[in-house]
Amino acid sequence: MIRTLLSGDYPRSRALSVLLLAILAGLALAPFVFPGTRSLDVAAKVCVFILLVASYDLLLGYTGIVSFAHTMFFGIGAYGVAIAVSRLGPSWGSLVLGSLAALACSALLALLIGVLSLRVKTIFFAMITLAVASFFAILASQLSGFTGGEDGLTYKLPELLLPGTKLLQAPLAGVEINGKIVSYYLVFFAAAALFLALLRVVNSPFGRVLQAIRENDFRAEAIGYRSVFYRSAANCVAALAASAAGILYAIWLRYAGPDTTLSLDIMMDVLLMVVIGGMGTMYGAVVGATLFVIAQNYLQDLMKLASDAAAGIPFVPALLHPDRWLLWLGILFILSVYRFPAGIVGKLRSK
Amino acid sequence: MSEPRSAEHPVLQTHGLSIRFGGHVAVNQVSCAFHPGTLTAIVGPNGAGKTTYFNLISGQLRPSAGRVTLYGEDITALAAPQRTRRGMGRAFQLTNLFPQLSVLENVRLAVQSHAGMGMNLFSVWASHVELIERAEHYLYRVKLADRRDAPAAALAHGDQRKLEVAILLALDPDLFMFDEPTAGMSVDEVPVILELIHEIKNQGDKTILLVEHKMDVVRSLADRIIVLHQGELVADGEPAQVIASPIVQQAYLGLVGHE
Ligand SMILES: Nc1ncnc2c1ncn2[C@@H]1O[C@H](COP(=O)(O)OP(=O)(O)O)[C@@H](O)[C@H]1O
Ligand SMILES: [Mg+2]
Repeated sequence: MIRTLLSGDYPRSRALSVLLLAILAGLALAPFVFPGTRSLDVAAKVCVFILLVASYDLLLGYTGIVSFAHTMFFGIGAYGVAIAVSRLGPSWGSLVLGSLAALACSALLALLIGVLSLRVKTIFFAMITLAVASFFAILASQLSGFTGGEDGLTYKLPELLLPGTKLLQAPLAGVEINGKIVSYYLVFFAAAALFLALLRVVNSPFGRVLQAIRENDFRAEAIGYRSVFYRSAANCVAALAASAAGILYAIWLRYAGPDTTLSLDIMMDVLLMVVIGGMGTMYGAVVGATLFVIAQNYLQDLMKLASDAAAGIPFVPALLHPDRWLLWLGILFILSVYRFPAGIVGKLRSK
Repeated sequence: MSEPRSAEHPVLQTHGLSIRFGGHVAVNQVSCAFHPGTLTAIVGPNGAGKTTYFNLISGQLRPSAGRVTLYGEDITALAAPQRTRRGMGRAFQLTNLFPQLSVLENVRLAVQSHAGMGMNLFSVWASHVELIERAEHYLYRVKLADRRDAPAAALAHGDQRKLEVAILLALDPDLFMFDEPTAGMSVDEVPVILELIHEIKNQGDKTILLVEHKMDVVRSLADRIIVLHQGELVADGEPAQVIASPIVQQAYLGLVGHE
């Protein structure tokens, strides 16, 4: 059972297993052990980013493709839901329609980018994806009648998913079971299932070809694998998963805008998460996304505490001011890359 | 021994095949046909264009002029993977492996390609036990079974050459192309490879092209020798006859000089 779920790809480290189980338990029970709007928001974001980062790992870690268009596909998923639901009304039908349209659009676009440009060198491919992604972001902000422009779109969802909907009369374990909880578990289970699907793909005969192409594409071609074909397919699978993450994020936030999905800042975050977690491991996405999202949300609080505590000492409070959080995150990142070039997962496995 | 089969139906044929790199013509108007069940040795001094000729045949390079046909079909426009899928297999002169993947995985990937399973996305690779067993069989044949879990990069040079040959065997091609398979091997490793080539030849239906410097090896294995010199085909015929010809004596001397 577990073997099938994990596709025979175990964590292969006791510490990593414990860490993964802790993350799994934390996310599975989040509404009960971390009640409160903000912590549930963080938990949902962790779920979404685990899926997003894992799909990026399929590209970067397993296939050796550097793409900057990944958040574009994330955005297409989110906007697909947002546009469909705000135009066609908050029904399940429009939610499904928007999701399917977004997935189809992503697959087509990924295939197009792949076939047209995966023949070129890695660095040029990266440049092309950067150009396409920037173009897309501009497009989204210009077509404001359609996308809400810089403000994005806020919309309603089917009633079952709204916070005002009470499912049980009495609270369960002290927590009121409402539409928000339903949304959370929709996000959690969908992200978990799709993560396991990606884990299956990288451990499939197809996934093995991707690793062969990453290692030596010349040789992979010589034994009969057309690398453009396989790279395009990988690009498509990753784009679909990224769009699915976008769809889940749009369901959770009931909002889609440039800053939550399309921006290149998020692309950088994803890149950091995959590197910190450990490239080409899939489990690195879980660890990297969890740590990063938590740091992003709580580092500032922690720094405020530290800054206040250090009041009176020269320089230190300024250094610890919450606005400096990105600086500290940057330092953490450099240290972790320097100390653990194979990421946290690589480090834990090498012990 | 059987006569070379009907001349009208060669497995592989090159027609006026040429390639130039800048001003340098590395392969010049080479026309040659290769028949099923034969082993043709390709000899010539270093830089004669043997490896380049192989690259043109297996699709790593596109010719400046000329054509390649496989079973009479023009394959000049096909890329390397497509030619491999049609039954060509190549072992490279400069060892060319998947360095971080295990020895077994290097071979298993070739078996998987031959089985046409590359686009299988939703099964676990390890569940295809038959592919793994076949890969193990080929490792056993080149006497590398005990190194199956080592990364390819960790092998000694001679073992990497054996792995190169195991990958070729795993493709189970109709046309085998060996580019100096024993170069750089220690004396006691060479017989393993020669024995394998012998076995393939004895199957009777396989076509083998062998680039080889060692004349005793060529003499014992080849049905026919062709000589390349400065990109041109300068001699073609029975081994004894070709080796005795003045032009080869000259080229062969040059070749000895390069060894
Ligand atoms: N990709 C290339 N670019 C430029 N010159 C090349 C290339 N490949 C081979 N050559 C040249 O073509 C000639 C033939 O090389 P090669 O086929 O490797 O010879 P051989 O295998 O007979 O020793 C050499 O002069 C070599 O320098
Ligand atoms: Mg050569």
